[in-house]
This record gives sequence, structure tokens and C-alpha cells, in this order.
Amino acid sequence: MSDTHAQTVAFVRDTMLDQKDPPLNQVGAVKWIRENLFSGWLNILLTLASLWVVYAVLSHLLPWALRGVWDASNLTQCREIIAERYGAGTSAACWAVLTERWPQLIFGFYPKELYWRPILAFLIFLAAVAPVLFSAVPRKMLWVSALAPFVLFWLIWGGSLWGPIAAILGFVIGWAILTFAAPKIGTLLAVILAIVVPLFYWLVICGPLSDALASVVPLSLRAVATQKMGGFLLATIIGVSGIVLSLPLGILLALGRQSDMFIINKFSVAFIEIIRGVPLIVWLFTASLLLNYFLPPGTNFDLMLRVIIMVTLFSAAYIAEVVRGGLAALPKGQYEAADALGLDYWKSMRLVILPQALKISIPGIVNTFIGLFKDTTLVVFIGLLDPIGLSSSIRATTDWNGVYWELFVFIGLCFFVFCFSMGRYSLFLEKKLRREHR
Amino acid sequence: MATISDPPERGFRLNQLIFDTRYRSMTIQVVAMILIGLLLSWLISNTIHNLEALGKDFDFGFLSQPAGYDINQQLIDYNNQMTHGRAALVGILNTLLVAVLGCALATVLGVVAGVLRLSNNWIVSRLAAVYVEGFRNVPLLLWIVLIFALMTESMPSPRDFRGEDGSSMLLGESVAITNRGVYIPNVVFSRSLGGNEVAAPEAPAAAAATPGTNMAGTYGASRIATGGAGVQTGQANAPDASGGDAGGAAAAGGEVIPTSSGWDWLLILAVVIAGVFGAKVLGKRAAHIQEATGKRPMTLPLQIAAILVPLIVVLVALGASLDKPELGGFNFDGGVHLRNSLIALWLALSLYTGAFIAEIVRGGILAISKGQTEAAYALGLRPGTTMNLVILPQALRVIIPPLISQFLNLTKNSSLAIAVGYMDVRSTLGGITINQTGRELEGMLLLGLFYLVLSLLISGVMNVYNSSVKLKER
Amino acid sequence: MKKTVTLGALTVAAFAAGAAGAATLDDVKARGELKCGVSTGLAGFSAPDANNVWQGFDVAYCRALAAAVLGDPNKVAFTQTTGQTRFTALASGEIDVLARNTTWTFSRDVDLKFEFIGVNYYDGQGFIAPKSLGVASAKELDGATVCIQTGTTTELNLADFFRANNISYEPVPIETNAEAQQQYLAGACDVYTTDASGLAATRATFENPADHVILPEIISKEPLGPLVRHGDNEWGDIARWTLNALIAAEEYGVTSANIAELSSAPTNNPEINRLLGTEGELGAMLGLDNEWAKRAIMAGGNYGEIFEKNIGEATPIGLSRGLNAQWTEGGLLYSPPFR
Repeated sequence: MSDTHAQTVAFVRDTMLDQKDPPLNQVGAVKWIRENLFSGWLNILLTLASLWVVYAVLSHLLPWALRGVWDASNLTQCREIIAERYGAGTSAACWAVLTERWPQLIFGFYPKELYWRPILAFLIFLAAVAPVLFSAVPRKMLWVSALAPFVLFWLIWGGSLWGPIAAILGFVIGWAILTFAAPKIGTLLAVILAIVVPLFYWLVICGPLSDALASVVPLSLRAVATQKMGGFLLATIIGVSGIVLSLPLGILLALGRQSDMFIINKFSVAFIEIIRGVPLIVWLFTASLLLNYFLPPGTNFDLMLRVIIMVTLFSAAYIAEVVRGGLAALPKGQYEAADALGLDYWKSMRLVILPQALKISIPGIVNTFIGLFKDTTLVVFIGLLDPIGLSSSIRATTDWNGVYWELFVFIGLCFFVFCFSMGRYSLFLEKKLRREHR
Repeated sequence: MATISDPPERGFRLNQLIFDTRYRSMTIQVVAMILIGLLLSWLISNTIHNLEALGKDFDFGFLSQPAGYDINQQLIDYNNQMTHGRAALVGILNTLLVAVLGCALATVLGVVAGVLRLSNNWIVSRLAAVYVEGFRNVPLLLWIVLIFALMTESMPSPRDFRGEDGSSMLLGESVAITNRGVYIPNVVFSRSLGGNEVAAPEAPAAAAATPGTNMAGTYGASRIATGGAGVQTGQANAPDASGGDAGGAAAAGGEVIPTSSGWDWLLILAVVIAGVFGAKVLGKRAAHIQEATGKRPMTLPLQIAAILVPLIVVLVALGASLDKPELGGFNFDGGVHLRNSLIALWLALSLYTGAFIAEIVRGGILAISKGQTEAAYALGLRPGTTMNLVILPQALRVIIPPLISQFLNLTKNSSLAIAVGYMDVRSTLGGITINQTGRELEGMLLLGLFYLVLSLLISGVMNVYNSSVKLKER
Repeated sequence: MKKTVTLGALTVAAFAAGAAGAATLDDVKARGELKCGVSTGLAGFSAPDANNVWQGFDVAYCRALAAAVLGDPNKVAFTQTTGQTRFTALASGEIDVLARNTTWTFSRDVDLKFEFIGVNYYDGQGFIAPKSLGVASAKELDGATVCIQTGTTTELNLADFFRANNISYEPVPIETNAEAQQQYLAGACDVYTTDASGLAATRATFENPADHVILPEIISKEPLGPLVRHGDNEWGDIARWTLNALIAAEEYGVTSANIAELSSAPTNNPEINRLLGTEGELGAMLGLDNEWAKRAIMAGGNYGEIFEKNIGEATPIGLSRGLNAQWTEGGLLYSPPFR
């Protein structure tokens, strides 16, 4: 049968051939490598150059890091161990300095038995920012966020619990005036009262009240002085309080910059430009050298507080620009709709504009925070012991004099992990916002 | 609510200042004005009281007192007998130098890294990502310190250049990379417009320099002359590399020492600009002919000649020669010394800012929709031309505004020079001067003012540029 | 709502606020803590150990002062200061006393309005160079690259020295001692200059100390001492005589080992008796009790003991007494009589 066919008719295939495997260089790893690494002379060149860079870096770094000594009580001993293990003249890391000093790099001179307090504070802080950062978290958690600053302050600095409670009371008073008195005496008067009365309360009553309460029911943690705080604890405190405190001020400045009122507008612009035009390090020196000149004679602030004030003003200017971007990104219709509803300025801002604008601004705010957190390293120049400052203090001890790269590598890695994860979060949020807006 | 919607039946009364929207903004502004005024006067009166209590006055006289300290990198003439004001000026120029260099390199690095990060080549895009993330997420201060330390640890010291088996100089014995910085040749002129000194037994004679010499690129001077005020110029401008024979020649009497002055460089710059201008004219004429006849005459050699020939003529006329660095007693002498502190700060600032710029560039390119590329391909444009003519011009509009703020950041971050001992304005005026005179109020005020003016200038200039490339909307 | 941390912090500030200037002694007593400014880290003089306790020669003085005033050498809050911030910190009342190897100079004393209460270490600026450089004297350093620490008198001295000798140099200003050390070891500068004590301390930590020489020239006088603000003489007296008590104790042979015995009953040396408060009313004149000096000495021993423990020849720093020996042994330490 097949024979006759073969002789009479031209071959027509009536069944499909089995699919052949693609050529070897078109599948799997080989294909991927061809397409991604060696597709053309430029790419080959780039690939080879990159491979060389990777090799050069790793071949220096890895032996040094992996041969590192983790147990030695000082540098001389560490060098002896290295010489003994790998022969004299080998370069290897002395990670032992970290084994011995890492708590100092993280917590500064915070008393060792109290390390649980900053750790707990950090966890509470994470819980407090969660509802702000992730919309999946229940809204009720915002109460935690509102109370967290007081708790954190109390946990880290210690002292009597009544101080923060008495301070909260001031806000309660202000809120009560706004809610209950406003319908009777008019909004404007209520607002003025809600500012003046709590201020009066804080300045005059708050202190004695908390003292009195403390003498009745002593509820206190061991107080820790600011000089004892250092390392990443200090960087985090300055960074976080800088951002949190600067938010209200930044929002006000952003509104001021958008305002039609000439003086308010010009003042906001001047403030923002002056702050942004001068480097942070100059502001820090101002905090350290000059702030005492500007305050009434005899006032004496703790240096860290002065730095926090300066950093707050500094980041307020940046936050203002971020929020301004958010305000500008809102469609004009939102403003007009709010006006059409007959809302006054503050109501339209509070209920319509700001919730939307702030939501758009969160990635920018997170980025500002990353920048600020990195910039906290500058406080080393005014004598606060941030991680870099501590590393020079550690190198000043006779045990570890001469240790160099190990500390910087550790500090750099810590910063990287922290900032990188925050940066990822901010990217995630940006993508999510973009999706929502489509 | 009721209070707001009340019709103004009572005519103009004082309470209208509060309740009538027409007048309320006025009231608020006046109140704000008064509050701000009160705050300012409170701060100022506090300052006055505090200054009185400390027995200090507010006086800028310290700027005209002798500084007493040396600065290693000087773009203008300076020695430790000159005033604090002069020292501040030296610092300002150093700040500007590193800021300009940094912005240029950061842009290059940023564009390259941004494009590479979009590359199809996996390993290249990964490397670019590692660079960008690594530099963005670690404090700049740490990078400055690390790069500085890395450079001093990994480069050979000048001592190693001695002998046969040591390190050797690059590019025909003219460039030396050491752990103290990079020494490159300096161009000097034997018939300088600033006037040449004739080697004399004593250097002070050389100080009879014209004012022009003050503009000389003396940052190349490898030494600080610590003799009298006059010795400075002589030593700085007459690199004794040219060489050890300076002494010998002096004995013979009257050999011209090649030098360079600001006037020479101005002349060269003018010639180059004129050359470029001439080349452009040639190009335009060629385009004209092409349009008229359809044939484009050969222009490239002409254009190159238009730029090079006058330049060479001028260089010969000035008697230009290269002043190569040579190994002297402790260091290299002669040539231009780019100090480690400058290079480390420059590299760190550029790499750090470059990482941010890379992200901006990447974002800018990604913001251009893929249809643009496809449309360009459909028109038959090649990938390179597509990038140049279609993608980049559009991406630039997205890129430039954030780029401005990165340049501003870089300029402000240059104040971290303190970490590597680069003598910028913060280290001179805001550092040593304040420390020696105890004038922190005045010093910080001047320092802040300088940075403020600089920032405003940069953002002003860049904004003008931005509006010139902006999409012209109808 | 988050505004409140400020207010919380402000309450702290209210606690911290105190009138600077007048009556530092009362402030310190009310606070129950002495605020002492030290450097951010200088081997042997002040550095924190692994247990967060500050150690060093300058630190020991602060502890002695705290013991004299408050009765407890541990009631000290150490504030780290940099070369730039130290004077402002003291002037603004942020610290009560600055013990940060600060050179006593005319302008600091008169123009910056501080009171140096004595000298606890006589120092001078010197140079260290690698042996391989083959330099025997600082005058051979023409054209050399010199690492210096900024923000100190060092750079002025250096400029003066090279100007006086009419030779040139290339300064490489460095912010901290640790960085300068790294630069020097890497060969980025030919020589490193700072106070001789610092040079010795630095050299002690090198891998091969024998490869480096300290040049014979000492180009400046650097009397280092603690200082207080102008205008509060009572506090200045306390600070001054605490330092003198430490010095005198060494002269009279009062050590932390025998002080308990010597102070239990009057000895036959009236000077010791007055110092330790078993005779006379010196403490009351200072506004303290009579055992102030005894406590100061017990805090860390007499001057000699403090020296030996922190920077002496038995420590890695390995400084010899030299100028800092008692006047009876050819040094400059000379305490005025306790009378």
C-alpha cells in the first residue's frame, strides 16, 4: 500500500509530526543567557565588564569578611588570632568589636537592664504607624497611634507616668471646648479658647498637677537622661520625632503657601525657602551654637531637644513641599465641590481636601523620613553620639583603637536594611495609589 | 453656622472684621503680621540680652583680622597672614568647585546608571540596581568617609614611586595617582600674559607679580608657602619642578620661568569660543548649500580646523608647555594636585546624587509611553536616533524639575566636606574661623546667607532653563 | 494629636532649665548630678568602655569633682563635645565644667571668657613620622604632607612653626584622631602632628609601634586643663582646689590605699590633716563639708594614681611622667598650700 502511494502520488503527509524540541541554544538557561547577556557585541562587553567588577569586589571582600574573628577582647588579641590562623600579614575582619560593642551601637549608653524599654517602645511605634501606613489595619487602631507618642516618651525617658497623662489632659480640654462650647459661644471664640486654655494649662497647671498626682500614686519608671541615648536609638528618636512633629507644621505651611492672603503666603514661602536653602549641618550647628542666644537668658535646653526642634523645623519645610504636591495633584473640582457644599475653609480642608491630599503624599512623606533618618548621622558633628559618633568613641578606647572598616560595614548595613525596606514600602504604596486612581 | 450666614444688617461694624469674609482675610493677615513681628522682636531682644550677658558684641570686624591658619587647596592666592574674610572667600571658591564638578559627574553617572538599569542585559541592570539602592539607602556621610579611606588605603603613596620596582606614573610619566591625590600636568606658558618672573636667587622678587597672577590656577600649587606674604605667589606660581634646575638657573641668572595666569586662560577660552562659533557658521552655510543644491559640502575637517588652528596658534604664541609632576622630596612637585579630599568628596557626592538622578532618569524614560518608541520605529528611525530625537526630548521635561532639586541637594551636601578635611566654606568660615574668634553668631549668619543665596541662584537659573525646554502649551 | 511629644519634651526641658551663670554649686547640688563635658573619644583621656562607663584621665577629674561636691563619683552626666561645640556648651550652661584636654591660652581665658582652673596635663605639640622616612628633625620636613586635627590650636601652632622656619608644608586637616591615625598609617601624610600625649597614645596602638619615631621637636606649649565659666568664682574655687587636692595628695603621699587610715585620726603632718579635713575648716570655706577632698581622692586615687591607671607607663598609652611629675621630682606639678 505504502509502496504504490510512493510511486504514484507526491508525498502528502496526513499526520502531524511530533513537535521537535527547540534547538539547544534556544531553551532554558542557554537561551536566557544568550538573550540577556550575550546579545550583541556591546552586551558581551558590558557583561564581561560587569562580571569582572563583581569578581574584583567579591574576591577582596569575601575572604576578608568570612575569615573574620568573632571572639577576641581587643584588637591586638584579634590580630594575633588572625596571624595564628591564616599566617601573618593576612587581612581579615575583626568582627569581635561588634560582638562586644553592638549593644552600644544600637542603644548608646542606655542602661543594659533597661534595654527592654526601647525595644518595647519600638514595637509600640510599629503598631502605632501600622494603621497610618496600611489601610488593611482596622481604623480603631488610630487611637493607639494618637496615644503612642505619650507612651513612647514615657517608656524611653522614664520618669513619672503622670507627666504624659497630665499632658494628654490638655488635649482633652482643648477637644472638649471645641466640641461642647463651640455651639454656644461661636466657632471662632471656641477655637481661640481651645488654643489659649490648654496652653495656659500646660504652662501653669500641668507641672504641679502631675507632681501632685505622682506624690499620691507614684507610678514611675527609672528616668534615663538624654546623654545616655546614642547609636541607632538616638537616630531613630531624632528621625521619628522630627517627622511626626513636623507633620502639623508642614501641613500648615503647605496651606499657607497655597493661601491667597499675601502676608501668610509670603511668610510661608520665605520660611520654606530659607530652611531648604541652607544645609542641615548648618542648622545643626545653629542648634548647638546659637539657639541659646535666641531664647530668654537662663533657658537651657538639652542638646538633643534642641536638635529635635531644629530637625522638626527643617523637615517641616520639606513636608510642606510634599503636601503642596499632594494638594496640587487634586483635581480642581474637589475644591469647587467642597465650596459648593457651603463648607467653610477649614471644614473643606479637614473633610474633603486634606484626607485625599495626605493620602497621595504618604510616599513622599516616607521618602522625606528616609532622607531625614540618614541625615541624623550629621549630629556627630555637634557631639551627639549617633552610630558614627559612637564608632569613633569605640575606636578611642585602648582596646579597639585602630579598628576601622568593621564598624562602618555594620552601620552601613543597618542603615541599608532600614532605609531599603522603607523605600520598598513607599514604592508599593505609589503603585497602589496609581492603581486606585485609574 | 448661624453666625456665618447672618446678613450684615448692622452695616459696617467692627465685628465685620471677623465675620465678614471680605474683611476677615485682612484681619487675619494683620494679626499674623503682628504675631510674626512680636516673635521676631522677642528673638532679637533675647539675642541682644544674651550677647550683653556674655559681654560680646555683634561685629564683623573679625573678617579683617589675620586668619593664622593654612588652607591646602586655594583657587586664589592665600596664606596664613591674610584675613579671615579672604579665608572665607577661598572656602567659598572650594565649595563652588566641588559643587560644579559634582553636579557634572553626578549627571553623567545618573544618566548612565538610569539607562543601564533599563538594559536588557540582566547582569548589567542588576549591577545598576545594586549601585542605585546601595547609595540611596546608606547615609552620604558614611560613603564620604568610606571612599576617602578606600582611596588612601588602596592607592600607592608617593614613596612607592621611588626606585625601579615601585609604582609608575601613567600616560608617559605625566599622571601620578597616589594616596594623597592625583597629580596631573599643568599647562604653563613661557610668554604668559600675566607676565613671567625671571628666576632670581631669592623668591621674593617673584612676588612682583601683576594683579593677573592672582587669578592663576594656584590650586595646582603643590605646596603652601609659609614665608612672608610675598613668597606665596612666587612659590605657588613657579613650580620648582621645572625643575630642580630653578636653583641652578637662578645662579646663571635670568631664565624665564614658565607660569600661567588667568589672562592666558581667558584668552584661550575666548579663542575656543570663537572657534566653536566659526564652526557653527560653517555648518550653517553647509546646510544652506545642501538646501539649495541638494549636495552637502564636506564640513567636518573645516570645522575641526576652525576650532583647532587658532587654538594651536595661541598656544604656540604663549609658549605653552606641560609642567609635569615630578617626585620631589616628600611629594610630587609641579603639575596640578587634585587632593584626595577633593576627589573623595567629589566622587562620594557624585555617586550618591547620581544614584538619585538614575532613578529620576529611569522614571523619566519610563514615563514616555511605549507607543512613542514604536511610532519612531515605524517611521524607520534607528534605536539611537529614536532615543535622541523622540524619547529624550520628551523625557527631559519630566526629568529636569527633580534634577534641579538634586543639584541643590548636592550643593548643600558639599558642606559635609568637614568629614574629609576638604576646606570648603563651612570648614574655613564656619569652622576654624568661628573656633578661633568665638564669633559663632556672625559666622553662622554669613554661612547661612551664602548657602541661601547660592541655592536661590541655582534654582533660579535652572528654572529659567526649565521653562525654556518646557512644552509650549497653547 | 502627635504634637504632644513636644509638650512632653518641653516638660523635660522645664526640668532641665536652670539659670546658668550664677551659683553653679547650688544648681549642681539641686540637680544631684555634675554635668561634665568630655571629648567624644580620645584614648586614655576619655572613652566609654563596653559597660557604658566612661574611663580616662579627664573623666577621673570629673569623678573626683563629683565626689567632692555630691559625695558620689558616679553622679556625673558626661556630655560629649567636639572641638567646635565645647566652648558654647560651657558658655551656655549646658555643662558645669569642661574637662576635654583644652589648651589654656590667653584668648580663651580673656576673650572667650572662661576660667582655667589649673593644668592637669602639661603637653606640647609634636610630630610622629615613619622610621623609613629617615627624618630626624621637624626642620627637615620641607614640603612634607602633615595630618592635623582641625578645630584645635594645633593648626595655628603648625602654621607658626613652619613660618618661623621658613619651610613649606601641605596641611591635611582631619576631623578626628581616629581618622587622622588611619590616614597616617595609610601613608596619606608623611607626618602626623598633635599633642605629644596623643602621639604616644596613637603610636601605642599601631601594629608595629617600633616603625615610627616621635620627632624631638615640641613646637608649642600645651597646658591642658579643665575650665569653667567666668563670673562664678565660688564654683571656680571648688573646681580649682579639687584639682589641687589631687595633686597635693600625691605630694604628701596620700593614696587611695592609705587615705582611710590617714583620715581616721589627725596625723602629725598638719598639711595632710587640713587636706583631709581632720583639722581646720577648709571645706566650709568652699561651701562644702570638711571631707570633700578626702572623697575626691578616694574617687580615683591621687593625681599619680589617676595618671598611672589611665595613661601611665603600665597602660598601652605608656606615657612617662616627664613634665607632669611633682615639683619635688623635677616636674611642674605644684599645688599651692592648703592653709
